[in-house]
Amino acid sequence: MKRIIVNRYKCAYCGACVSVCKFDANELVETYLEIYPEKCTLCMACVKTCPMGALEVVE
Amino acid sequence: MTDYDVVVVGAGPGGSIAAKTAAEKGLDVLLIEKRQEIGVPVRCAEGVSKEDLEKFVKPDKRWIAAEIEKAWIFSPDETKIELSAEKAGNEVGYVLERKIFDRHLARLASKAGAEVRVKTSAVGLRRENGIVRLKIRSLGREEEVTTKIVIGADGIESKVGKWSGIDTTLKLSEIESCVQYLMTNIEFESDVTYFWVGKKFAPGGYIWLFPKGEDAANVGIGVMPSIAEKKAKEYLDEFVRKKFPEGEIVEVVVGGVPINGGLKSAVADNVMLVGDAARFADPITGGGIINAMKSGYYAGITAYEAVVEEDYSAKFLKKYDERWKNDFGKKLERNKKIQEKLLKMDDETFNKIAKSLEGMKIEEFSVKRLVLEVFKKYPKLFWDVKDLIF
Repeated sequence: MKRIIVNRYKCAYCGACVSVCKFDANELVETYLEIYPEKCTLCMACVKTCPMGALEVVE
Repeated sequence: MTDYDVVVVGAGPGGSIAAKTAAEKGLDVLLIEKRQEIGVPVRCAEGVSKEDLEKFVKPDKRWIAAEIEKAWIFSPDETKIELSAEKAGNEVGYVLERKIFDRHLARLASKAGAEVRVKTSAVGLRRENGIVRLKIRSLGREEEVTTKIVIGADGIESKVGKWSGIDTTLKLSEIESCVQYLMTNIEFESDVTYFWVGKKFAPGGYIWLFPKGEDAANVGIGVMPSIAEKKAKEYLDEFVRKKFPEGEIVEVVVGGVPINGGLKSAVADNVMLVGDAARFADPITGGGIINAMKSGYYAGITAYEAVVEEDYSAKFLKKYDERWKNDFGKKLERNKKIQEKLLKMDDETFNKIAKSLEGMKIEEFSVKRLVLEVFKKYPKLFWDVKDLIF
């Protein structure tokens, strides 16, 4: 199944991706990005917004 | 009875000023910060207007990295426009050391009587009988605190708004995706802020250089995800490779800046949002520190009045909306409209404008003044927003 994952070696935990998610499918817990795949619709807003290119779609 | 009058979520400049203001008024205040260290990681270019800052806090060398007198704006063909305030013989801006600045403000809040807890996140909010039950996780332990008011100062990734029914979601044309390097081994004037504009450099945003003393500077970029073809980092790397091939990167700073011009309303029952959580950054400059502090102050004052009147309804808290709108709301709205105009301009237009203003003495440090000068030369460009400019 397609889903979005975070590359933790690239993520700088800035929270930009959280601000563009209208499905509440991610959260910045302290400095750790959580993604909730059950809420994610693969709209790609977070992927496009990430300044570092740390979010990727995987099969 | 509630545990607190006010719980402030987030100890950035907005949250700390809100907590300080409410505590000074005698309220029982809890200020929570999810990170274990206040102020880091930094997510900011750290530039701020001197005059505005001094309304809130006495300048202190410990958290001022540079004093700024001029701005140089470069068009895509690198024609230079200079804004200066030399006539007044005074610096007009500071570049802060946010790591130290944020801690200083949190200490002021604690000195005013606010309780501060770090490594403590808000994880859920429920209203009951006119008060709030706020679930927090403090050093790994979940607990519930009751409060009359929650001030959401939880930044770009705000959840407090969403939990309380305020839609804070940004569109891809309403955010700047930003990366910044603190660089050494580069040449720059230590009292000048640099801006490179145009799609060639940064689609929907700009590249900046803000000095942090004599031998290091913040070099960063903001791009708009709706029109950028690459990641912010890729644009910045390309620029840095060309411009500063010998430079060393000693720090990486990443962040999102809201540029939708602010929420229409930043209140709900028992809740007020301040700073980036309320999307109060300037749509043109991206600056957010001053509006965060101002909104924090207004939220603190309004919280005090609400507690005195025992009315925590959205209707009462609208007073807060009125306050921030009267102060900087109109400017946010104006700059949003100008930013939309700028977005439509191609690089040739930027070059043409820069050529016509090159060498001109513009002795005022403001976007408004710059737009006014452009308007004089090219009235058509800003014709339909002229009422906002004058």
